[in-house]
Amino acid sequence: MALKGNLKDFSFIQLLNLVNLANKSGALYVERPGESARVLFHNGKLEYFESSNEKPELLRSLKDQKLITAYQHTLLKERLEGFSDREAGIYLVNAGYATLDQVTTALEEDYAKKFRALFDWNEGLFRFEAGELLPENKIPVHLNLENLIVEGARELQEIEELKAEIPSLDMAIKFTDRPGTDIRNICFSPTEWQVISYVNPRNTIQQIATATKLDEIEIRRVVFTLLQAGLVEIIRPGGVPLAIPGKNLPVRNPEENRSLVKRLIDRIRSI
Amino acid sequence: MQTQTVKIVVTGPFNAGKTEFIRSVSEIDVVSTEKRISATAEKIKESTTVAMDFGRITVDNDLVLFLFGTPGQKRFDFMWEILSEGMLGFIVMVDSTRPETFREARSILETFKAYAPTPYLVTANKQDLYDAWDTEDMRLALRLDPSVKILPCEATKKSSVKRVLLELLYGILKEMDDNEARQNNQEDEIS
Ligand SMILES: Nc1nc2c(ncn2[C@@H]2O[C@H](COP(=O)(O)OP(=O)(O)OP(=O)(O)O)[C@@H](O)[C@H]2O)c(=O)[nH]1
Ligand SMILES: [Mg+2]
Repeated sequence: MALKGNLKDFSFIQLLNLVNLANKSGALYVERPGESARVLFHNGKLEYFESSNEKPELLRSLKDQKLITAYQHTLLKERLEGFSDREAGIYLVNAGYATLDQVTTALEEDYAKKFRALFDWNEGLFRFEAGELLPENKIPVHLNLENLIVEGARELQEIEELKAEIPSLDMAIKFTDRPGTDIRNICFSPTEWQVISYVNPRNTIQQIATATKLDEIEIRRVVFTLLQAGLVEIIRPGGVPLAIPGKNLPVRNPEENRSLVKRLIDRIRSI
Repeated sequence: MQTQTVKIVVTGPFNAGKTEFIRSVSEIDVVSTEKRISATAEKIKESTTVAMDFGRITVDNDLVLFLFGTPGQKRFDFMWEILSEGMLGFIVMVDSTRPETFREARSILETFKAYAPTPYLVTANKQDLYDAWDTEDMRLALRLDPSVKILPCEATKKSSVKRVLLELLYGILKEMDDNEARQNNQEDEIS
């Protein structure tokens, strides 16, 4: 089923967050007047990136990442004319220009750099095509999205948006139970680490702000970043209250309450 | 014996399908306080709920279930707290085709949770439409805890609405059992 919309309603960072948390595989298409991009993901990791401004080209990436010199670039370009990226990669590794790891790392850095341009898109259509695979002739990378998400979330400057995301500072934050996020893989700033050290269901966001000397916008930005990284969730201070069914029932006897709910169930089944 | 009444509240953003949901199962014509919409910004449909919707399901001579639908538009949110008073549980309806409303849905959910710690669930409504998001994608977008139920729904279909109501009631029953087990444990520890 569809996963589509407009970036003005559902931001690019939120999308990445979704791809990351759901370990999605497929292609994300984004477009706005005069510009479009395609990003491929595999199990929630970035695998490939191309945009209408930037057709990725292995040799240029390697040159930009200083794995080959400009001179080598010119020579190799001639020699590898007509080679696919994958074929060129194999040639370079076999000919001793670089190891496979170096090639992949260079590509990752190159993709990440170009990919960051999408963070600024405040508007544009997006759609996700599940299951779309990397073209055979490309070299896949496996770039973790968490750091990109954290970077993107940090850049969110819109105060109105931050307030809408985190309306109340009287709420608390707690670590999510979600397995899979390894906090050690994420490059947090010292301020973010400081806030992380106060994460506890008993501390309100306001209290954390006071303790870390952050103003209400700064603390929101940090909490938003941690939220997007999938690391924390917002809860009511003191932990989640227990549901109290029956409190609002006309009778107080647990047996009667239960029988009342069962009667409701039977009635609705019969509709 | 006096008739007992219990109430379930159906809430969610503007145009999510709350009135439709109640209409699908209510045995009386839904007493709606709909109004034709004049503000152009919100004119994606003809009418909206301004105070509440009110549906009814009679269980037997002694028991009646009321379904209350809240107004979706923010400017009527003063009604929410009044409507949530004494509810048995609540349902947050979300239009699966409109990601622009997800953030608001999240905030409505938080607000209702704060009114009363009663069981609730979320429905991903309008699943019949081509643009509908998957429930699991919506779970992440709405930042729902894995323990919170999110169900696909078509408010226009009675069978779908029935399923949602039943799931909520099963949830309520389960909470009752869990609470009692917890209380018994505590008593054991004390004695
Ligand atoms: N296709 C489809 N349309 C639906 C469904 N549920 C509701 N609708 C339509 O969505 C529109 C909004 O439904 P309402 O029930 O008025 O929504 P509401 O949440 O009560 O709206 P407000 O009271 O204005 O906040 C109506 O045109 C409904 O017919 C559904 O499951 N599928
Ligand atoms: Mg309505």
